[in-house]
Amino acid sequence: MQQQNPSRGIDMAALGRGKQVLRLEDETVALDVPGLNLYYGNKQALHDIRLSIPRKRVTAFIGPSGCGKSTLLRCFNRMNDLVDGCRIDGQILLDNENIYEKGVDVAELRRRVGMVFQKPNPFPKSIYENVVYGLRIQGINKKRVLDETVEWALKGAALWDEVKDRLHESALGLSGGQQQRLVIARTIAVEPEVLLLDEPCSALDPISTLKVEELIYELKNKFTIAIVTHNMQQAARVSDYTAFMYMGKMVEFGDTDTLFTNPSIKQTEDYITGRYG
Amino acid sequence: MIDKEGLSHHISQQYNEELEEVRSHLLAMGGLVEKQVTDAISALIDADTGLATQVREIDDQINQMERNIDEECVRILARRQPAASDLRLIISISKSVIDLERIGDEASKIAKRAIELSEGASDNSKGYVEIRHIGDKVRKMVQEALDAFARFDAQLALTVAQQDKAVDQEYKSALRELMTYMMEDPRSISRVLSVIWVLRSLERIGDHARNIAELVIYLVQGTDVRHIGLTRMEEEVQRGR
Repeated sequence: MQQQNPSRGIDMAALGRGKQVLRLEDETVALDVPGLNLYYGNKQALHDIRLSIPRKRVTAFIGPSGCGKSTLLRCFNRMNDLVDGCRIDGQILLDNENIYEKGVDVAELRRRVGMVFQKPNPFPKSIYENVVYGLRIQGINKKRVLDETVEWALKGAALWDEVKDRLHESALGLSGGQQQRLVIARTIAVEPEVLLLDEPCSALDPISTLKVEELIYELKNKFTIAIVTHNMQQAARVSDYTAFMYMGKMVEFGDTDTLFTNPSIKQTEDYITGRYG
Repeated sequence: MIDKEGLSHHISQQYNEELEEVRSHLLAMGGLVEKQVTDAISALIDADTGLATQVREIDDQINQMERNIDEECVRILARRQPAASDLRLIISISKSVIDLERIGDEASKIAKRAIELSEGASDNSKGYVEIRHIGDKVRKMVQEALDAFARFDAQLALTVAQQDKAVDQEYKSALRELMTYMMEDPRSISRVLSVIWVLRSLERIGDHARNIAELVIYLVQGTDVRHIGLTRMEEEVQRGR
């Protein structure tokens, strides 16, 4: 019997190694919510939310409209401060410090916890000025620093190659998908620790959506990412951990593989299989 | 149609990696299974009980690989909702893995018979020529089915299916001969029965290789060529070229 090479160039040793399994217990915590209630006037919108968002991972929030996922996301950089009649009871810890403590510098908090919204909202300025906006506010005006930031932020947002020859043209001339990536570049330019994405792809076409998703995958090497999405498949594709919320409550929170293959709670199962409602 | 490069052209780099990984895990499992078949036959012919024991032990690893690959497929289905050629890839992988695992089981059975036969103090090697011959053929079928999978080669897959017919015929004629032999010498019955079980296992391995080949054709061309006979299968493959 002639000797064959049965391995077909495949690293046989790699076989023993299973896919790296994520376990929440092994993660370090970036944002910790030990118990949070939120009220809009008399109406309670979030009920005793408890979760820990792991560092340098993508955590997705899913759930039907009005379940409180965007509200919760906005709590992470105190966007709800701007809403009349909104009252928060509880703590959110960023690096073990309560962001709702008196005397917290909210502008600094929002630099550390950046946010990207549903609709791309570039400023009516040049692409360049959009990216360096946050730095200029911080009083940084050195051209060399700004130039470098523009380049790495745009590269980081996978937009550099498309816009490098027209950095000084208006950002409003970009397509929707490019605008959204520009907004992401603007957000990461100030080097935040956490990136909050509130339905960042809902106004984009499928290909732009996939590009933004690929970007999210790249960005998690540097940032902790929390994403709200009403698209369950997107949550399944991009996230490491998924939280399912319903009626202002955290129903289930766990690693995405388990949540999408074998959720432990019936409500989650009904929602992700399209049996809800 | 599908080509190997097509696997790596998704916008999501991670998706590319996942597909490539599950595919190479299947091929690696195939490589191990193929080696199991080779070793089981050698163990039997050379009465090498050490090798036979080793084959039986490695079977556990193959079972574990089946579970791992299945898990990967489930994860990709749940997270990526693969479509078109990606979907066919995952479906063919998750089905091929069943055939590979069964080939592993048959190799393990052959190894078990190898141990039994080596214990019988006899230099009677009736049927061994057939075992070597059919063994060589089915091992080549398994190997080519996996190569066809690795290269997305429907043509090569078709030749595997064609070889299966020849194996079936040789199996039948070997059976006839061994039956005559048992009638002539009833003392040999238990030993020859063991040889027949081995031949039966080899023939089953050929069937599994053919199943994998059919899945390769489905993967490459999107046509289901099971249960339609060789002639129509040939037509389908020619049409897809």
